Amino acid sequence: MIDYWPLLGIALVVVGFALRFNPLLVVAVAAIATGLLALMPFAKVLGVLGHGFNENRNVTLIYIVLPVIGLLERYGLQQQARALIGRMRSATTGRLLIVYMIFRQILAALGLTSVAGQAQTVRPLVAPMALAAAEKEHGELDEDTAERVKAMSAATDNVGLFFGEDIFIAVSSILLIQGALKVYGIELTPFELSMWAIPTALCALLIQSVRLVLLDRWLARRPR
Amino acid sequence: MINLHWLYLFAGAVFASIAVGSARDSDNRKRWGNAAFWSLLAASFWFGDLIGDVANGVLVLALVALAGTHLLGRPAGQTTSNEERQAFSERFGSKLFVPALIIPLTAFFGTLLFNYTPLKDSGFIEPKSVTLILLGIGVIIGLVACYAWLRPPPMAGVDEGARLADAIGWALVLPQMLAALGAVFAAAGIGATIGTLAGAIIPQGSIFLAVLLYALGMVVFTMIMGNAFAAFPVMIAAIGVPILIHQDGGRAAVIGAVGMLAGYCGTLMTPMAANFNIVPAALLELRNQYGVVKVQIATAIPLLICNIVILYIAGYHL
Repeated sequence: MIDYWPLLGIALVVVGFALRFNPLLVVAVAAIATGLLALMPFAKVLGVLGHGFNENRNVTLIYIVLPVIGLLERYGLQQQARALIGRMRSATTGRLLIVYMIFRQILAALGLTSVAGQAQTVRPLVAPMALAAAEKEHGELDEDTAERVKAMSAATDNVGLFFGEDIFIAVSSILLIQGALKVYGIELTPFELSMWAIPTALCALLIQSVRLVLLDRWLARRPR
Repeated sequence: MINLHWLYLFAGAVFASIAVGSARDSDNRKRWGNAAFWSLLAASFWFGDLIGDVANGVLVLALVALAGTHLLGRPAGQTTSNEERQAFSERFGSKLFVPALIIPLTAFFGTLLFNYTPLKDSGFIEPKSVTLILLGIGVIIGLVACYAWLRPPPMAGVDEGARLADAIGWALVLPQMLAALGAVFAAAGIGATIGTLAGAIIPQGSIFLAVLLYALGMVVFTMIMGNAFAAFPVMIAAIGVPILIHQDGGRAAVIGAVGMLAGYCGTLMTPMAANFNIVPAALLELRNQYGVVKVQIATAIPLLICNIVILYIAGYHL
Protein backbone atom coordinates (compact mmCIF):
# COMPACT_ATOMS: atom_id res chain seq x y z
CA MET A 1 0.00 0.00 0.00
CA ILE A 2 1.51 3.31 -1.08
CA ASP A 3 1.14 6.26 1.21
CA TYR A 4 -0.21 9.21 -0.79
CA TRP A 5 -0.34 11.73 2.09
CA PRO A 6 3.16 13.20 1.53
CA LEU A 7 1.96 14.37 -1.92
CA LEU A 8 0.02 17.07 -0.04
CA GLY A 9 3.40 18.80 0.30
CA ILE A 10 3.43 19.34 -3.46
CA ALA A 11 -0.10 20.74 -3.32
CA LEU A 12 1.05 23.17 -0.61
CA VAL A 13 3.83 24.44 -2.86
CA VAL A 14 1.49 24.96 -5.81
CA VAL A 15 -1.16 26.73 -3.71
CA GLY A 16 1.40 28.81 -1.83
CA PHE A 17 3.05 30.04 -5.04
CA ALA A 18 -0.33 30.73 -6.65
CA LEU A 19 -1.46 32.81 -3.65
CA ARG A 20 1.88 34.66 -3.76
CA PHE A 21 2.93 34.04 -0.20
CA ASN A 22 6.64 34.58 0.39
CA PRO A 23 8.21 31.69 -1.57
CA LEU A 24 10.82 30.94 1.11
CA LEU A 25 8.03 30.53 3.62
CA VAL A 26 6.01 28.35 1.24
CA VAL A 27 8.97 26.06 0.59
CA ALA A 28 9.85 25.69 4.27
CA VAL A 29 6.25 24.96 5.28
CA ALA A 30 5.88 22.43 2.44
CA ALA A 31 9.14 20.71 3.40
CA ILE A 32 8.15 20.35 7.04
CA ALA A 33 4.60 19.26 6.19
CA THR A 34 5.89 16.66 3.70
CA GLY A 35 8.31 15.24 6.24
CA LEU A 36 5.73 15.07 9.01
CA LEU A 37 3.16 13.46 6.67
CA ALA A 38 5.77 10.83 5.81
CA LEU A 39 5.85 10.16 9.58
CA MET A 40 9.35 11.51 10.16
CA PRO A 41 9.94 13.04 13.60
CA PHE A 42 10.28 16.86 13.56
CA ALA A 43 14.00 16.85 14.42
CA LYS A 44 14.61 14.41 11.55
CA VAL A 45 12.77 16.68 9.08
CA LEU A 46 14.76 19.65 10.31
CA GLY A 47 17.96 17.65 9.88
CA VAL A 48 17.12 16.55 6.32
CA LEU A 49 16.20 20.13 5.40
CA GLY A 50 19.36 21.55 6.98
CA HIS A 51 21.55 18.89 5.40
CA GLY A 52 19.99 19.51 1.97
CA PHE A 53 20.51 23.26 2.34
CA ASN A 54 24.12 22.87 3.40
CA GLU A 55 24.97 20.38 0.64
CA ASN A 56 23.60 22.74 -2.03
CA ARG A 57 25.53 25.90 -1.14
CA ASN A 58 27.19 25.72 -4.55
CA VAL A 59 23.85 26.88 -6.02
CA THR A 60 24.23 30.26 -4.26
CA LEU A 61 27.96 30.62 -4.91
CA ILE A 62 27.58 32.60 -8.12
CA TYR A 63 26.52 35.74 -6.22
CA ILE A 64 30.13 36.34 -5.18
CA VAL A 65 30.27 38.37 -8.42
CA LEU A 66 27.90 41.02 -7.01
CA PRO A 67 30.51 43.39 -5.48
CA VAL A 68 32.46 43.59 -8.76
CA ILE A 69 29.33 44.13 -10.87
CA GLY A 70 28.04 46.70 -8.36
CA LEU A 71 31.32 48.62 -8.39
CA LEU A 72 31.35 48.76 -12.18
CA GLU A 73 27.73 49.89 -12.27
CA ARG A 74 28.67 52.71 -9.89
CA TYR A 75 31.09 53.91 -12.57
CA GLY A 76 28.65 53.63 -15.46
CA LEU A 77 28.98 50.05 -16.81
CA GLN A 78 25.34 49.87 -17.94
CA GLN A 79 25.54 53.32 -19.53
CA GLN A 80 28.67 52.25 -21.40
CA ALA A 81 27.02 49.03 -22.60
CA ARG A 82 24.19 51.17 -23.96
CA ALA A 83 26.55 53.66 -25.60
CA LEU A 84 28.41 50.86 -27.35
CA ILE A 85 25.22 49.44 -28.87
CA GLY A 86 24.03 52.93 -29.78
CA ARG A 87 27.04 53.26 -32.06
CA MET A 88 26.38 49.99 -33.89
CA ARG A 89 24.12 50.84 -36.80
CA SER A 90 22.72 47.43 -37.60
CA ALA A 91 22.22 46.23 -34.03
CA THR A 92 18.63 45.45 -33.16
CA THR A 93 17.40 43.84 -29.94
CA GLY A 94 16.55 40.60 -31.72
CA ARG A 95 19.81 40.30 -33.66
CA LEU A 96 21.86 41.09 -30.58
CA LEU A 97 20.10 38.42 -28.54
CA ILE A 98 20.41 35.85 -31.35
CA VAL A 99 24.19 36.40 -31.41
CA TYR A 100 24.29 36.10 -27.61
CA MET A 101 22.24 32.91 -27.74
CA ILE A 102 24.67 31.30 -30.20
CA PHE A 103 27.62 32.23 -27.96
CA ARG A 104 25.83 30.89 -24.91
CA GLN A 105 25.00 27.57 -26.60
CA ILE A 106 28.54 27.09 -27.90
CA LEU A 107 30.12 27.92 -24.53
CA ALA A 108 27.70 25.57 -22.74
CA ALA A 109 28.41 22.83 -25.30
CA LEU A 110 32.09 23.21 -24.42
CA GLY A 111 31.23 22.65 -20.76
CA LEU A 112 31.66 26.29 -19.81
CA THR A 113 28.23 26.81 -18.26
CA SER A 114 29.17 29.27 -15.51
CA VAL A 115 31.17 31.56 -17.78
CA ALA A 116 27.98 33.46 -18.64
CA GLY A 117 24.74 33.76 -16.72
CA GLN A 118 22.02 35.96 -15.28
CA ALA A 119 24.26 37.64 -12.68
CA GLN A 120 27.55 37.54 -14.62
CA THR A 121 26.45 38.69 -18.06
CA VAL A 122 22.70 39.36 -18.40
CA ARG A 123 22.26 42.00 -15.70
CA PRO A 124 25.44 44.03 -16.38
CA LEU A 125 25.79 43.64 -20.16
CA VAL A 126 23.15 41.79 -22.18
CA ALA A 127 19.98 43.40 -20.83
CA PRO A 128 21.31 47.00 -21.00
CA MET A 129 22.52 46.35 -24.55
CA ALA A 130 19.17 44.86 -25.59
CA LEU A 131 17.39 47.88 -24.08
CA ALA A 132 19.74 50.29 -25.83
CA ALA A 133 19.15 48.60 -29.17
CA ALA A 134 15.39 48.91 -28.67
CA GLU A 135 15.71 52.57 -27.65
CA LYS A 136 17.82 53.36 -30.68
CA GLU A 137 15.02 52.28 -32.94
CA HIS A 138 12.21 53.42 -30.78
CA GLY A 139 13.16 56.34 -28.55
CA GLU A 140 12.29 56.18 -24.87
CA LEU A 141 10.66 52.83 -23.98
CA ASP A 142 7.48 52.63 -21.95
CA GLU A 143 7.56 50.32 -18.93
CA ASP A 144 5.78 47.38 -20.59
CA THR A 145 8.16 47.40 -23.54
CA ALA A 146 11.25 47.64 -21.34
CA GLU A 147 9.91 44.81 -19.18
CA ARG A 148 9.42 42.58 -22.22
CA VAL A 149 12.91 43.28 -23.59
CA LYS A 150 14.51 42.54 -20.22
CA ALA A 151 12.48 39.34 -19.77
CA MET A 152 13.47 38.14 -23.25
CA SER A 153 17.15 38.81 -22.44
CA ALA A 154 16.90 36.58 -19.37
CA ALA A 155 14.91 33.95 -21.29
CA THR A 156 17.45 33.83 -24.12
CA ASP A 157 20.23 33.14 -21.62
CA ASN A 158 18.22 30.27 -20.11
CA VAL A 159 17.30 28.70 -23.45
CA GLY A 160 20.90 28.93 -24.68
CA LEU A 161 22.20 27.32 -21.50
CA PHE A 162 19.65 24.50 -21.22
CA PHE A 163 19.83 23.45 -24.84
CA GLY A 164 23.58 23.73 -25.19
CA GLU A 165 24.95 22.10 -22.06
CA ASP A 166 23.88 18.53 -22.82
CA ILE A 167 26.09 18.47 -25.92
CA PHE A 168 29.07 18.47 -23.56
CA ILE A 169 29.91 14.87 -22.63
CA ALA A 170 30.97 15.49 -19.05
CA VAL A 171 28.01 17.59 -17.92
CA SER A 172 26.19 16.30 -14.85
CA SER A 173 22.91 15.61 -16.64
CA ILE A 174 24.57 13.32 -19.19
CA LEU A 175 26.29 11.48 -16.37
CA LEU A 176 22.96 11.23 -14.56
CA ILE A 177 21.23 9.74 -17.64
CA GLN A 178 24.08 7.28 -18.09
CA GLY A 179 23.97 6.29 -14.43
CA ALA A 180 20.17 5.95 -14.31
CA LEU A 181 20.13 3.64 -17.35
CA LYS A 182 23.09 1.59 -16.11
CA VAL A 183 20.98 0.53 -13.13
CA TYR A 184 18.82 -1.38 -15.64
CA GLY A 185 21.79 -2.94 -17.40
CA ILE A 186 21.68 -0.51 -20.33
CA GLU A 187 25.25 0.61 -21.02
CA LEU A 188 25.67 3.82 -23.03
CA THR A 189 28.67 6.05 -23.59
CA PRO A 190 28.35 9.79 -22.77
CA PHE A 191 29.13 10.45 -26.43
CA GLU A 192 26.05 8.57 -27.68
CA LEU A 193 23.87 10.55 -25.30
CA SER A 194 25.37 13.97 -25.99
CA MET A 195 25.05 13.39 -29.75
CA TRP A 196 21.28 13.10 -29.35
CA ALA A 197 21.18 16.50 -27.65
CA ILE A 198 22.18 18.16 -30.94
CA PRO A 199 18.82 18.00 -32.81
CA THR A 200 17.02 19.64 -29.88
CA ALA A 201 19.78 22.25 -29.58
CA LEU A 202 19.23 23.24 -33.22
CA CYS A 203 15.43 23.34 -32.76
CA ALA A 204 15.90 25.56 -29.69
CA LEU A 205 18.12 27.97 -31.62
CA LEU A 206 15.63 28.10 -34.47
CA ILE A 207 12.57 28.64 -32.27
CA GLN A 208 14.19 31.28 -30.07
CA SER A 209 15.57 33.09 -33.15
CA VAL A 210 12.10 33.22 -34.71
CA ARG A 211 10.75 34.65 -31.49
CA LEU A 212 13.51 37.26 -31.39
CA VAL A 213 12.85 38.30 -34.98
CA LEU A 214 9.18 38.61 -34.03
CA LEU A 215 10.24 40.71 -31.03
CA ASP A 216 12.01 43.09 -33.41
CA ARG A 217 8.86 43.36 -35.53
CA TRP A 218 6.74 43.90 -32.43
CA LEU A 219 9.09 46.67 -31.31
CA ALA A 220 8.93 48.29 -34.74
CA ARG A 221 5.12 48.29 -34.64
CA ARG A 222 4.88 49.89 -31.19
CA PRO A 223 3.82 53.55 -31.46
CA ARG A 224 6.66 55.90 -30.68
CA MET B 1 44.75 21.54 -2.97
CA ILE B 2 42.23 24.29 -3.59
CA ASN B 3 38.75 22.77 -3.37
CA LEU B 4 35.18 23.96 -3.03
CA HIS B 5 35.70 24.45 0.70
CA TRP B 6 38.11 27.34 0.09
CA LEU B 7 35.58 28.91 -2.23
CA TYR B 8 32.92 28.62 0.48
CA LEU B 9 35.18 30.49 2.88
CA PHE B 10 35.56 33.27 0.31
CA ALA B 11 31.82 33.29 -0.40
CA GLY B 12 31.18 33.54 3.36
CA ALA B 13 33.44 36.60 3.43
CA VAL B 14 31.55 38.16 0.50
CA PHE B 15 28.17 37.62 2.21
CA ALA B 16 29.59 38.99 5.49
CA SER B 17 30.70 42.11 3.60
CA ILE B 18 27.21 42.36 2.10
CA ALA B 19 25.79 42.19 5.65
CA VAL B 20 28.06 45.08 6.68
CA GLY B 21 27.08 47.08 3.60
CA SER B 22 23.38 46.48 4.30
CA ALA B 23 23.78 47.69 7.88
CA ARG B 24 25.54 50.84 6.58
CA ASP B 25 22.61 51.73 4.31
CA SER B 26 21.02 54.19 6.74
CA ASP B 27 18.33 55.25 4.24
CA ASN B 28 16.84 51.76 4.40
CA ARG B 29 14.32 51.24 7.21
CA LYS B 30 14.84 47.50 7.05
CA ARG B 31 18.62 47.55 7.05
CA TRP B 32 18.96 45.44 10.20
CA GLY B 33 16.74 42.71 8.80
CA ASN B 34 18.84 42.67 5.64
CA ALA B 35 22.07 42.59 7.66
CA ALA B 36 20.80 39.69 9.81
CA PHE B 37 19.78 37.72 6.71
CA TRP B 38 23.17 38.03 5.00
CA SER B 39 24.99 37.34 8.28
CA LEU B 40 23.14 34.05 8.60
CA LEU B 41 24.04 33.16 5.02
CA ALA B 42 27.70 34.01 5.71
CA ALA B 43 27.55 31.77 8.79
CA SER B 44 26.13 28.97 6.65
CA PHE B 45 29.05 29.21 4.21
CA TRP B 46 31.64 29.40 6.99
CA PHE B 47 30.33 26.98 9.56
CA GLY B 48 27.77 24.82 7.72
CA ASP B 49 30.01 21.76 7.76
CA LEU B 50 30.79 22.07 11.47
CA ILE B 51 27.44 22.63 13.16
CA GLY B 52 25.51 19.50 12.17
CA ASP B 53 22.26 18.90 10.29
CA VAL B 54 19.75 20.05 12.90
CA ALA B 55 21.59 23.33 13.54
CA ASN B 56 21.63 23.91 9.79
CA GLY B 57 17.89 23.28 9.79
CA VAL B 58 17.45 25.89 12.53
CA LEU B 59 19.54 28.32 10.47
CA VAL B 60 17.23 27.69 7.51
CA LEU B 61 14.17 28.40 9.68
CA ALA B 62 15.77 31.65 10.88
CA LEU B 63 16.34 32.77 7.26
CA VAL B 64 12.74 31.89 6.44
CA ALA B 65 11.45 33.73 9.52
CA LEU B 66 13.26 36.92 8.50
CA ALA B 67 11.93 36.73 4.93
CA GLY B 68 8.45 35.53 5.89
CA THR B 69 7.83 38.33 8.38
CA HIS B 70 8.84 40.99 5.84
CA LEU B 71 11.93 42.12 7.72
CA LEU B 72 13.88 42.42 4.45
CA GLY B 73 13.66 45.55 2.31
CA ARG B 74 14.98 46.76 -1.01
CA PRO B 75 17.51 49.61 -0.98
CA ALA B 76 16.03 53.09 -1.31
CA GLY B 77 18.20 54.42 -4.12
CA GLN B 78 21.51 54.11 -5.88
CA THR B 79 24.90 55.27 -4.69
CA THR B 80 25.69 57.46 -7.70
CA SER B 81 23.08 59.30 -9.78
CA ASN B 82 22.39 58.45 -13.42
CA GLU B 83 24.03 61.73 -14.46
CA GLU B 84 27.20 60.91 -12.53
CA ARG B 85 27.21 57.43 -14.07
CA GLN B 86 26.86 58.90 -17.53
CA ALA B 87 29.82 61.20 -16.84
CA PHE B 88 31.89 58.32 -15.46
CA SER B 89 31.09 56.13 -18.45
CA GLU B 90 32.23 58.88 -20.81
CA ARG B 91 35.43 59.24 -18.82
CA PHE B 92 36.33 55.56 -18.48
CA GLY B 93 34.85 54.36 -21.76
CA SER B 94 34.80 50.77 -22.87
CA LYS B 95 37.63 49.89 -20.50
CA LEU B 96 34.79 49.49 -17.96
CA PHE B 97 34.09 46.14 -19.60
CA VAL B 98 37.54 44.83 -18.73
CA PRO B 99 36.97 43.99 -15.05
CA ALA B 100 33.52 42.56 -15.91
CA LEU B 101 35.04 40.34 -18.57
CA ILE B 102 37.99 39.30 -16.39
CA ILE B 103 35.64 37.03 -14.43
CA PRO B 104 34.27 34.90 -17.30
CA LEU B 105 37.57 34.98 -19.20
CA THR B 106 39.52 33.76 -16.17
CA ALA B 107 37.03 30.92 -15.86
CA PHE B 108 37.16 30.18 -19.60
CA PHE B 109 40.89 30.29 -20.32
CA GLY B 110 41.73 28.99 -16.87
CA THR B 111 39.60 25.89 -17.42
CA LEU B 112 41.17 25.26 -20.83
CA LEU B 113 44.67 25.82 -19.45
CA PHE B 114 43.96 23.50 -16.57
CA ASN B 115 42.47 20.69 -18.63
CA TYR B 116 45.04 20.63 -21.41
CA THR B 117 48.27 21.11 -19.49
CA PRO B 118 50.06 19.16 -16.74
CA LEU B 119 48.37 21.47 -14.21
CA LYS B 120 45.56 18.91 -14.12
CA ASP B 121 47.81 16.36 -12.45
CA SER B 122 49.59 18.85 -10.22
CA GLY B 123 46.96 18.58 -7.48
CA PHE B 124 46.77 22.36 -7.25
CA ILE B 125 43.01 22.63 -7.89
CA GLU B 126 40.36 19.97 -7.37
CA PRO B 127 39.48 18.89 -10.94
CA LYS B 128 35.69 18.59 -10.58
CA SER B 129 35.21 22.14 -9.29
CA VAL B 130 37.82 23.80 -11.45
CA THR B 131 35.55 26.25 -13.33
CA LEU B 132 33.81 27.48 -10.18
CA ILE B 133 37.11 27.92 -8.37
CA LEU B 134 38.54 29.86 -11.31
CA LEU B 135 35.40 31.98 -11.30
CA GLY B 136 36.17 32.82 -7.67
CA ILE B 137 39.75 33.69 -8.59
CA GLY B 138 38.36 35.85 -11.42
CA VAL B 139 36.20 37.72 -8.90
CA ILE B 140 39.25 38.45 -6.75
CA ILE B 141 41.25 39.67 -9.79
CA GLY B 142 38.23 41.75 -10.92
CA LEU B 143 37.94 43.37 -7.47
CA VAL B 144 41.63 44.20 -7.35
CA ALA B 145 41.43 45.66 -10.88
CA CYS B 146 38.42 47.83 -9.94
CA TYR B 147 40.15 49.24 -6.87
CA ALA B 148 43.48 49.79 -8.61
CA TRP B 149 41.96 51.56 -11.60
CA LEU B 150 38.73 53.25 -10.52
CA ARG B 151 40.01 54.20 -7.04
CA PRO B 152 36.58 54.09 -5.40
CA PRO B 153 36.12 54.97 -1.70
CA PRO B 154 37.38 52.05 0.44
CA MET B 155 33.91 50.79 1.43
CA ALA B 156 32.40 51.15 -2.05
CA GLY B 157 32.77 47.44 -2.89
CA VAL B 158 30.95 46.52 0.32
CA ASP B 159 28.16 49.03 -0.28
CA GLU B 160 27.67 48.17 -3.95
CA GLY B 161 27.55 44.42 -3.29
CA ALA B 162 24.95 45.07 -0.59
CA ARG B 163 22.91 47.31 -2.89
CA LEU B 164 22.61 44.53 -5.48
CA ALA B 165 22.04 41.77 -2.93
CA ASP B 166 19.35 43.80 -1.12
CA ALA B 167 17.64 44.41 -4.46
CA ILE B 168 17.47 40.64 -5.03
CA GLY B 169 16.59 39.94 -1.40
CA TRP B 170 15.22 36.56 -0.30
CA ALA B 171 15.09 35.34 -3.94
CA LEU B 172 18.85 34.89 -3.75
CA VAL B 173 18.56 31.85 -1.46
CA LEU B 174 15.34 30.46 -2.96
CA PRO B 175 17.15 28.11 -5.40
CA GLN B 176 19.14 26.60 -2.56
CA MET B 177 15.96 26.29 -0.46
CA LEU B 178 14.24 24.46 -3.30
CA ALA B 179 17.18 22.07 -3.51
CA ALA B 180 16.72 21.41 0.22
CA LEU B 181 13.00 20.82 -0.38
CA GLY B 182 14.03 18.29 -3.02
CA ALA B 183 16.05 16.47 -0.35
CA VAL B 184 12.99 16.29 1.90
CA PHE B 185 10.82 15.08 -1.01
CA ALA B 186 13.36 12.35 -1.71
CA ALA B 187 13.45 11.29 1.94
CA ALA B 188 9.63 11.17 2.00
CA GLY B 189 9.55 8.91 -1.08
CA ILE B 190 7.65 11.38 -3.28
CA GLY B 191 9.48 10.29 -6.44
CA ALA B 192 8.59 6.63 -6.07
CA THR B 193 4.94 7.47 -5.40
CA ILE B 194 4.63 9.63 -8.52
CA GLY B 195 6.44 7.01 -10.58
CA THR B 196 3.91 4.38 -9.53
CA LEU B 197 1.03 6.70 -10.39
CA ALA B 198 2.51 7.52 -13.82
CA GLY B 199 3.19 3.85 -14.58
CA ALA B 200 -0.40 2.94 -13.76
CA ILE B 201 -1.97 5.22 -16.38
CA ILE B 202 0.06 4.08 -19.40
CA PRO B 203 -2.11 2.69 -22.18
CA GLN B 204 -1.05 -0.51 -23.94
CA GLY B 205 -0.31 -0.77 -27.62
CA SER B 206 0.36 2.77 -28.78
CA ILE B 207 4.03 3.69 -28.96
CA PHE B 208 3.19 7.32 -29.74
CA LEU B 209 0.92 7.68 -26.71
CA ALA B 210 3.57 6.14 -24.48
CA VAL B 211 6.18 8.59 -25.84
CA LEU B 212 3.75 11.45 -25.30
CA LEU B 213 3.07 10.46 -21.69
CA TYR B 214 6.78 10.02 -21.00
CA ALA B 215 7.60 13.50 -22.32
CA LEU B 216 4.63 15.16 -20.59
CA GLY B 217 5.45 13.28 -17.39
CA MET B 218 8.98 14.70 -17.53
CA VAL B 219 7.56 18.21 -18.05
CA VAL B 220 4.96 18.07 -15.28
CA PHE B 221 7.23 16.44 -12.73
CA THR B 222 10.04 18.87 -13.59
CA MET B 223 7.64 21.78 -13.12
CA ILE B 224 6.66 20.46 -9.69
CA MET B 225 10.20 19.78 -8.53
CA GLY B 226 11.78 22.72 -10.39
CA ASN B 227 14.49 20.40 -11.65
CA ALA B 228 14.63 17.86 -14.47
CA PHE B 229 17.30 15.92 -12.58
CA ALA B 230 14.75 14.99 -9.93
CA ALA B 231 12.16 13.98 -12.53
CA PHE B 232 14.42 11.87 -14.73
CA PRO B 233 15.15 8.86 -12.51
CA VAL B 234 11.44 8.63 -11.69
CA MET B 235 10.16 8.78 -15.26
CA ILE B 236 12.87 6.53 -16.66
CA ALA B 237 11.94 3.92 -14.05
CA ALA B 238 8.17 4.28 -14.51
CA ILE B 239 7.89 4.54 -18.32
CA GLY B 240 11.25 4.96 -20.05
CA VAL B 241 12.91 1.61 -19.36
CA PRO B 242 9.99 -0.82 -18.90
CA ILE B 243 7.74 0.46 -21.69
CA LEU B 244 9.65 2.62 -24.19
CA ILE B 245 12.91 0.65 -24.22
CA HIS B 246 12.08 -2.93 -23.20
CA GLN B 247 8.49 -3.40 -24.39
CA ASP B 248 8.52 -1.19 -27.50
CA GLY B 249 12.22 -1.52 -28.40
CA GLY B 250 13.10 2.18 -28.55
CA ARG B 251 16.69 3.40 -28.94
CA ALA B 252 17.95 3.88 -25.38
CA ALA B 253 20.28 6.82 -26.10
CA VAL B 254 17.41 8.84 -27.59
CA ILE B 255 14.93 7.94 -24.86
CA GLY B 256 17.47 9.02 -22.24
CA ALA B 257 18.92 12.17 -23.81
CA VAL B 258 15.78 13.64 -25.35
CA GLY B 259 13.63 12.67 -22.36
CA MET B 260 15.88 14.84 -20.21
CA LEU B 261 15.61 17.70 -22.72
CA ALA B 262 11.80 17.43 -22.64
CA GLY B 263 12.17 17.98 -18.90
CA TYR B 264 14.17 21.15 -19.57
CA CYS B 265 11.12 22.52 -21.42
CA GLY B 266 9.33 22.14 -18.08
CA THR B 267 12.16 24.01 -16.33
CA LEU B 268 11.44 27.00 -18.58
CA MET B 269 7.80 27.08 -17.40
CA THR B 270 8.02 26.84 -13.62
CA PRO B 271 8.67 29.33 -10.82
CA MET B 272 10.15 26.39 -8.89
CA ALA B 273 13.30 26.70 -11.04
CA ALA B 274 13.98 29.88 -9.14
CA ASN B 275 17.59 30.52 -10.09
CA PHE B 276 16.66 30.64 -13.76
CA ASN B 277 13.17 32.11 -13.58
CA ILE B 278 12.64 34.11 -10.37
CA VAL B 279 16.09 35.46 -9.49
CA PRO B 280 16.57 37.10 -12.94
CA ALA B 281 13.25 38.89 -12.51
CA ALA B 282 14.67 40.40 -9.31
CA LEU B 283 18.10 41.00 -10.84
CA LEU B 284 16.59 42.89 -13.78
CA GLU B 285 14.08 44.70 -11.54
CA LEU B 286 11.00 43.42 -13.38
CA ARG B 287 7.64 44.42 -11.94
CA ASN B 288 6.19 40.95 -12.45
CA GLN B 289 8.16 38.30 -10.59
CA TYR B 290 6.86 35.73 -13.09
CA GLY B 291 7.84 37.92 -16.08
CA VAL B 292 10.65 35.63 -17.25
CA VAL B 293 8.54 32.45 -17.00
CA LYS B 294 5.79 34.16 -18.96
CA VAL B 295 7.93 34.93 -22.02
CA GLN B 296 9.56 31.48 -21.92
CA ILE B 297 6.32 29.54 -22.37
CA ALA B 298 6.10 30.40 -26.07
CA THR B 299 9.56 28.89 -26.60
CA ALA B 300 9.04 25.90 -24.32
CA ILE B 301 5.85 24.55 -25.94
CA PRO B 302 7.03 24.40 -29.57
CA LEU B 303 10.34 23.01 -28.36
CA LEU B 304 8.52 20.33 -26.38
CA ILE B 305 6.64 19.34 -29.55
CA CYS B 306 10.02 19.10 -31.34
CA ASN B 307 11.31 16.86 -28.57
CA ILE B 308 8.29 14.56 -28.79
CA VAL B 309 8.76 14.28 -32.57
CA ILE B 310 12.51 13.59 -32.13
CA LEU B 311 11.77 10.94 -29.49
CA TYR B 312 9.27 9.22 -31.75
CA ILE B 313 11.23 9.39 -35.01
CA ALA B 314 14.81 8.98 -33.80
CA GLY B 315 13.76 6.53 -31.09
CA TYR B 316 11.78 4.17 -33.32
CA HIS B 317 12.06 4.99 -37.02
CA LEU B 318 15.71 5.82 -37.77
